[in-house]
Amino acid sequence: MTPQSLFRPFVAFSRQFPLAANILRRLLLSFVLLWAVTVMIFIGVEALPGDFATTYLGQSATPEAVANIRSELGLDQPLLTRYVTWLGDAVSGDFGNSWASGQSVSEQIGKRLGNSLFLAFFAALVAVPLSVGLGLLAVRYRNRIPDKIINILSLAAVSLPEFFVGYLLIMVFVVTFPTAIFPSTVYDGMDFLTRLESIALPVATLVLVVLAHMMRMTRAAIIQVMSSAYMETAELKGLDGLRIIIKHAAPNALAPIINVVALNLAYLIVGVVVVEVVFVYPGMGQYMVDAVTVRDLPVVQACGLIFATIYIALNMTADILAIIANPRLRHPR
Amino acid sequence: MRLKEIPISVWIGMTGIIVALICAFFAPWIAPYGETEVVGDVWAPASDQFFFGLDNLGRDILSRMIFGARTTLFVAFCATLLSFTLGIVMSFIAATNRGWIDLGLSRFNDLMMSIPTLIFALVVLATLPQNMPTLIIVMAVLDSTRVFRLGRAVALDVAVMDFVEAARLRGEGTAWVILREILPNTLSPLLAEFGLRFAFAILFVSTLSFLGLGIQPPTADWGGMVKDNKDGIIFGISAALVPGAAIAILTICVNLVVDWLLRRTSSLKGGRGDA
Repeated sequence: MTPQSLFRPFVAFSRQFPLAANILRRLLLSFVLLWAVTVMIFIGVEALPGDFATTYLGQSATPEAVANIRSELGLDQPLLTRYVTWLGDAVSGDFGNSWASGQSVSEQIGKRLGNSLFLAFFAALVAVPLSVGLGLLAVRYRNRIPDKIINILSLAAVSLPEFFVGYLLIMVFVVTFPTAIFPSTVYDGMDFLTRLESIALPVATLVLVVLAHMMRMTRAAIIQVMSSAYMETAELKGLDGLRIIIKHAAPNALAPIINVVALNLAYLIVGVVVVEVVFVYPGMGQYMVDAVTVRDLPVVQACGLIFATIYIALNMTADILAIIANPRLRHPR
Repeated sequence: MRLKEIPISVWIGMTGIIVALICAFFAPWIAPYGETEVVGDVWAPASDQFFFGLDNLGRDILSRMIFGARTTLFVAFCATLLSFTLGIVMSFIAATNRGWIDLGLSRFNDLMMSIPTLIFALVVLATLPQNMPTLIIVMAVLDSTRVFRLGRAVALDVAVMDFVEAARLRGEGTAWVILREILPNTLSPLLAEFGLRFAFAILFVSTLSFLGLGIQPPTADWGGMVKDNKDGIIFGISAALVPGAAIAILTICVNLVVDWLLRRTSSLKGGRGDA
């Protein structure tokens, strides 16, 4: 078979179903990316200078003791062998045991990942509609008072570190006016409403941090659409402002807005790391930070891989939704 | 460019940046007490003697803030400078050579960007030794991916211009084309990006220090000071909020200036929108 005839079925497929082929290509790309990330997280990190055994033993690191620990943890195996074993186990959901505590990493992550996603989900539930709405409002009253106020406030909010927002909220809502709960502990068998109540402050922090970003990007995306020729036509036809935005601008701005939302959801996933530490919330972020402090590599690699997977998956979803939402990509010439 | 045309917000931003710079440069002369000097009770409230009160070990917060400005700004500035040098050199090489060099560098850059910066930093810092040069290099390498993307996009626009082709036909080498033809024509968007990255570096180093993985005690830095004093919050002691506010104010100031720079460069391009 010649190379051309090998590709012919795919070429025919992509002619007939351009949308499906586009999506398929994007899916494939994500898997390649994910595989490359595992190589980076495992081989890249292990190739860096620094050795757990020496760090762990500290002053008492005799050559024999170091060799003992290294063989106990399997560190004396060749790098490639360890990578293949690690990848094989990771795909089947087994991340090995923590070096520090000896407990199963997967078990810990199972509990904590749910907590983190719970937090991120409620933050997204509040932040997405609010920021898209405010973004539309800012465009509607562009260069007038509401837009300027939103612009200045969001510029300020973008600059605030997550932990400052978090402690400020604690100061106001726990110390000065005791209405909220701190620390935000959750445990198994806690009923839903109490759980919601205890994550109120971390959710508020995440919303405040993400809101400004998302709103500014929404505003920019819509204004970009607004400056195109068909918008000028609609304006000159004498349609009123809100109608132009909803009927003409919004459908075309959908793809960029979806992109903005996904990008910020991905940002939320990272934002949980700091927010969990501030509110002493038992999630993945806290687990990872603790593991980094004691250099517990299996935990760090597992958490890193999961965060990266979620991030890549969100970006992929955004791209696929953008392909579906964009008529020009749906029917390529 | 007349001074009158500069809006008030930019003056506010500049003032903030200059105050921070003065603190950073002249810290040992301005600070009333030493960086690690214990001068009184733990978490003593603000008084005439101690402007912001004392911290969790009885050190003067104002003095540590001033010394902290030095550490935080120094690390952030070095990291930004390094990340710019790295990102711009790489992106310009990619944009002028095209071909497989461009392809390889761009794909590698995409790969680096597919892991969130903070997560990547945590993974890498789990093995590397904890000291300031390592911290600066890690921050710079991770941040250079963003610079690379912008630099490549901007340089590609310029690289297809007639004057670049003229230079090539004259027989100038790659280094000349990059330094004398492309760099001067991409300076203004890159300058705005420098400010943006600097603001981000301040936030990033503070976040890492807050997580206990950045600058190590007893050196004072703003993120680390928040970490030191966070346990006081629940007792109504605002010691942790002072450095937090300083980070916020400085970043806002930098952003005010950058926002204006960005608007100026985009208005030069003309067009109906100001996106």
